[in-house]
Amino acid sequence: PIRSVSVDLNNDASLLIDIPDALCERDKVKFTVHTKTTLSSFQKPEFSVPRQHEDFIWLHDTLVETEDYAGLIIPPAPPKPDFEGPREKMHKLGEGEATMTKEEYTKMKQELEAEYLAVFKKTVQVHEIFLQRLSSHPILNKDRNFQIFLEYDQDLSVRRKNAKEMFGGFFKNMVKSADEVLISGVKEVDDFFEQEKTFLLDYYSKIKDSTAKAEKMTRSHKNIADDYIRISATLNITMSFVSLQKVEGRVASDQELKLTELLRYYMRDIQAAKDLLYRRARALADYENSNKALDKARLKSKDIPQAEEHQQQCLQKFDKLSESGKKELTSFKGRRVVAFRKNLIEMAELEIKHAKVRSSIQLYYICFIMCTNELQYAWGICKILCEQI
Amino acid sequence: MLFFKYLNVCSINKLTLIFTGSTSKSEDTDPPLDDETGSKVEQAKETSTDPIINITGDLPASDTQQPPTTNKIADPLLDLFSDTPAVDAKKPIQPIPDLFEDEGSDLFTEPRQTKPAKQPQKSLFGEPDEDLFAEPLGATSKKTISQEPKTVTPKPSGDGGDKGANQREPADIFTEEAVITAPTVSKTPGATSKTNGVHSEEDTDIFAEATVELSLDSPHNERKKDMTAKPSASAPSLAAAAAAASLTKPQSAALEETTLPMFRTKTFTVRRRFSDFLGLYEKLSEKHGPNGFIVPPPPEKSILGMTKVKVGKEDSSSTDFVERRRGALERYLQRVVNHPSLIQDPDVREFLEREELPRAVNTQALSGAGFLKMINKATDAVSKMTIKMNESDVWFEEKLQEVEAADQLFRKLHTLVESLVVHRKELSLNTASFAKSAAMLGSAEDNTALSRALSQLAEVEDKMEQLHQEQAANDTFSFAELIADFIRLLGAVRGSFDHRMKAWQRWQDAQSMLQKKRETEAKLLWANKPDKLQLAKEEIVEWEAKVTQYERDFERVSATVRKEVIRFEKERTKNFKRQIIKYMESLLQSQQQVKCFYSSLGMKKTM
Repeated sequence: PIRSVSVDLNNDASLLIDIPDALCERDKVKFTVHTKTTLSSFQKPEFSVPRQHEDFIWLHDTLVETEDYAGLIIPPAPPKPDFEGPREKMHKLGEGEATMTKEEYTKMKQELEAEYLAVFKKTVQVHEIFLQRLSSHPILNKDRNFQIFLEYDQDLSVRRKNAKEMFGGFFKNMVKSADEVLISGVKEVDDFFEQEKTFLLDYYSKIKDSTAKAEKMTRSHKNIADDYIRISATLNITMSFVSLQKVEGRVASDQELKLTELLRYYMRDIQAAKDLLYRRARALADYENSNKALDKARLKSKDIPQAEEHQQQCLQKFDKLSESGKKELTSFKGRRVVAFRKNLIEMAELEIKHAKVRSSIQLYYICFIMCTNELQYAWGICKILCEQI
Repeated sequence: MLFFKYLNVCSINKLTLIFTGSTSKSEDTDPPLDDETGSKVEQAKETSTDPIINITGDLPASDTQQPPTTNKIADPLLDLFSDTPAVDAKKPIQPIPDLFEDEGSDLFTEPRQTKPAKQPQKSLFGEPDEDLFAEPLGATSKKTISQEPKTVTPKPSGDGGDKGANQREPADIFTEEAVITAPTVSKTPGATSKTNGVHSEEDTDIFAEATVELSLDSPHNERKKDMTAKPSASAPSLAAAAAAASLTKPQSAALEETTLPMFRTKTFTVRRRFSDFLGLYEKLSEKHGPNGFIVPPPPEKSILGMTKVKVGKEDSSSTDFVERRRGALERYLQRVVNHPSLIQDPDVREFLEREELPRAVNTQALSGAGFLKMINKATDAVSKMTIKMNESDVWFEEKLQEVEAADQLFRKLHTLVESLVVHRKELSLNTASFAKSAAMLGSAEDNTALSRALSQLAEVEDKMEQLHQEQAANDTFSFAELIADFIRLLGAVRGSFDHRMKAWQRWQDAQSMLQKKRETEAKLLWANKPDKLQLAKEEIVEWEAKVTQYERDFERVSATVRKEVIRFEKERTKNFKRQIIKYMESLLQSQQQVKCFYSSLGMKKTM
């Protein structure tokens, strides 16, 4: 599996997690989460459980809601499996079946299946990375709910419902709507956080934009690939060629995906970092409020001890958040730079390799066409064109 | 005997071949082909490399009989590829073959060189399923082509008697040629001359050299009109190039370069309006269409396109439109001048030469003539449906089916390629916007090395955008336009089939009229009306003559159609291959560039 987006995961033998396989029923995906551990906190050294996407979300939200983890960057939740694209295509294919030749239909169907498979693989990967981020985090990997997620061999849906009722997604909702205002509004006392805030806010909006543009680019590439497939189907390409073309097509879209996936992942990661900043900003606001309350209490000479204690708590919380936040953000920065570097290099290498492969194939076809009879010349064109995906 | 004097002008020097060949077994002579420069012909450079045009074989008919002369006339094929003019059966001159006339294909010149003269002509012509590197014509020794009776040719060209048209059966005439060398010997003279002539005509190429003066004492008089084809190296002698089509005025300048003696000057430019091109087409199709010629069609009118241009919209869609039209008109003219019969038409000459052409009024859609045309077209369509021809020659039926199938296929393909172009343009836009976004991201990045890498990525994507745009243009002009051209041509081919059918119809009608007249005569005979009887007898004679005439017409038109279709197939294949190679070479180039771009990311160094 290509763990492209993140690095240094799943290296610690004390807790190894992976998703070796998954089942797709209609649009519901069932992941098999497999764990190998040397830790005594687990009942068995090796085990597997079936999990749904909602279970992952439950785990993520639970972690976010845990006060103790307020100073940590919680790894972003994996996005919901999105089969919308292939589904829509399948719909279009069904509608257009009447106007297509049999070859065209078969080809498009194959392409559709491949796309479906790609989405499927992607979603498995993303869920896997989420778990691996958790397992490699020194604090989060000890979380009780995490352990339950990995080990509990029963259905988690009951727990999921309870959690929803308890928290009602309160914290999350608050974060979504208010963070920008709050983060920018609070007066920052610490240079480090001041810089981080400025940087992360700006970077987030830019990476969000880049992600969207990269996705559009990928879509265009896909459209072109589809065109080539239809052209080749119209001109009746033989089977051997089709398989070659498919390989080429997949490679091409994989390299596009690499870039898009990288950007998308880090966009979400940066959102998680922003969430941390928000929590800290709220803690700071709380602390400032508690100061004000203490002053008022002193003025009124009423409830001073409570006010003092409250103020102390707030201060402690704020300091703890700041300390852990600083650590988290620093390591995040390093992690991001390394991952970007690795991915961009891989992407460039793929592009070069692909270009080389296409060149040699084209050269071959030029010679081939020269030797081919007139009925086959069109076949030759198609081959070349399909390489262009 | 002096068979002919053949002036071959190649890019380097003029070659004069004088053959005093004897009829004997010259054909097989190819042997001297490669290595020797053939008879006292100073070869131009490469010649030695290619035996191909073993000339001996050249045209099917030509070779045959004895008359090496015919051979010499190096059929047009030769001309196509080389300067080497007719080849002496004994000493063929190697033309400088270039598979694709104007293709600078180094790809192919190489192989040629390496192969000993062995390569049969076939390779030159490529069209036939000949593998460039495969056994030539199945002949072990090229030159022994003569020994090989129809080995390679799909259809034995050797059928004498036949107007030679049949020899064209195989898709590629040249295939025949190759074989011809051998079989020609065995062929009957009759066929030869005919075919030879035919060949010459067919090979009259745009690359014909004007200065070719063939004074043949052979029966191949048509040769006189023949022009030798110059090797692609030099500019075609008659190159109608539709140069600058200015956006400002809906006019195109047609630039012609010619060395044909029928023209007054060598190079000249005239300005022509789009409607002039249409007018030329109208004239040619009226004159030659009914005779079974495939008259090349010009691009269609486009109200939308022209309006945009006239309104002065200075954006890429109007430049695209003008460029497409310019290219289509250029190819149209080239096809016209390429056609051996059409180039003789004075209207064509006038079009190319005359300073000011009278405004072609009858092409205006709403004019009186326009309406008339519309009506004619409609009646044609109706009559087409009702004419059910008894096809005596299954060749025509098959061909028509092929043409119709090809038409469907290519229309579909055109739609797909247009969609491809649209998507590639979208990709180009999306890549551009991504590039900008990546640059912004790079500037926001606080890690210096990563920031630099992102900026570089942005630059690379910028270049990719440019590449995609170029590729879109390439798709359009080299591919989509070609398909559109081809679809139009197919329409013209079907038109020629229609004309043949009309000729048949006319013949049938005359026959039934004759029958009626005879019945009338019989009736009158019985009714005993002597004066009317006389009239009836006269009418019968008249109609008998008409029937004979129309039958002959039909035969003639059929022969022309057949010849034209074969020529069309050959030309099409040749052109398509050429274009495809060009297209692919440009694809190759872009791949090289992609490689360069991404290599320049050099991230390893910066980080």
